[in-house]
Amino acid sequence: MLPFCFEWAWDGGHILFFGGMWYTIAILGAGMTYCVAKTIVDTMAGKGSHH
Amino acid sequence: MDSALIPEGAKRCPFPVFALGLAAVGVVVLWGVYAMGLCWFKGLNQTNMNDYYGFALWIWADLAVIAIGGGAFFTGLLRYVFGIDELKNIVNLTVVIGFICYSSALLILAIDIGQPLRGWFIFWHANVHSMLTEVAFCLSLYFSVLTIEFIPLILENRQVDKVPFFHNLGHNMHGVMAIFAATGAFLSCFHQGSLGGVAGVMYGRPFAYREGFLVWPWTFFLFTWSAAAYGPCFTLTVLKMFEKITKKKLVKDNVVHLLAKISGWMITTYIIAKIIDTIYWATVTAPSQGFKFMDFYSNNSFYGVWILVLEIAVCGIVPAVLLTKKSFRENPKLLLTAIILGTIGVCLNRWVMVLQIMAVPVMSFDTWALYIPSWQEVATTVLPVAYGVILIALAYRYLPVFPQERELNAD
Repeated sequence: MLPFCFEWAWDGGHILFFGGMWYTIAILGAGMTYCVAKTIVDTMAGKGSHH
Repeated sequence: MDSALIPEGAKRCPFPVFALGLAAVGVVVLWGVYAMGLCWFKGLNQTNMNDYYGFALWIWADLAVIAIGGGAFFTGLLRYVFGIDELKNIVNLTVVIGFICYSSALLILAIDIGQPLRGWFIFWHANVHSMLTEVAFCLSLYFSVLTIEFIPLILENRQVDKVPFFHNLGHNMHGVMAIFAATGAFLSCFHQGSLGGVAGVMYGRPFAYREGFLVWPWTFFLFTWSAAAYGPCFTLTVLKMFEKITKKKLVKDNVVHLLAKISGWMITTYIIAKIIDTIYWATVTAPSQGFKFMDFYSNNSFYGVWILVLEIAVCGIVPAVLLTKKSFRENPKLLLTAIILGTIGVCLNRWVMVLQIMAVPVMSFDTWALYIPSWQEVATTVLPVAYGVILIALAYRYLPVFPQERELNAD
């Protein structure tokens, strides 16, 4: 049992469903984190300030 | 009044006219919200569903908006993953339409579950043997993808873009959009398919049941393929409506014709598969379960063979022919006919696969369950349409949805 799924069981169904879900969330989270982090660096370097 | 927010060089109607239009549609939204409130506070007894007929009109609307919103994932896939650059001029519109369709789908589901406060139960108490659980997972995640795809467009608003952080964020999000688009396509393939799979695995309902491949019935693949095929038809229909209302050309013909051509070939391959599936079902699957083909289309006052002919021939074969042949799709009237028929066709397919399967008698003592929705069901089904009109109107007014608009309307 894991804190983010009350009825978690170590079976194929749960691993497939939740594995897919967390994999997708990880991709989206990593993508957005990269964008925000790069934006902070770019903005501090003065990029985009001519707009 | 709001001219500072309107995209540079774009002409829009005066703000009072715009506000009046929003207010008119807002009345419809309020009607839908009232009906939604009734369903939430008084319960699903506000609908004409019962223990025998468990799918309301809004479930058809749910599947239909998901199907016609399929233009977002498919066009995004073509633009960002397959690199078809011309589609950059229409991809913003597909994102806005997709966002509206999927937020509407989630709204409809929030009404349908009766107790939206328990919506999170589907994640906490996940039934991992249910295709609808997969649909819920994928819908939620794909809506997140669409929101991420929508953000850069919002950040391109004339005033927002002046803030360096937002300008850079929009630029950086564009840079990795292929990853988000690929994720969206992956999610869409599964939830579109599983919505079809739900019907196909119902072996107790021979009208819907299909054989398939491994755990997936053929309806799984047909649903995904039809959403990708017909979704662009809806995108083009909305574009043509925009051009008619604004009396402007918003996207160049080469872009429209390219998307129409791709859609045409997708419809052609889909409709061939659909015809084969229907013939096999009518001659092998249904008879093996003790049913004749005409059992599904007779002895009732509404569902006849006409609905099958309308779905496959009129709204399938006709748009496939019109969109694949160059001279036809480059004729504005024939193009419009084809994309409207295509949009109707996929909505009709979802109607058949959601509502007709519930109506067809299963037992020898059963009768057809022809159901008439309550006004609350109608109002909550119209609600997403009105909400969509408002959101797309706001997007068009304040965001650069059509990158070619300025060039095409330079005078």
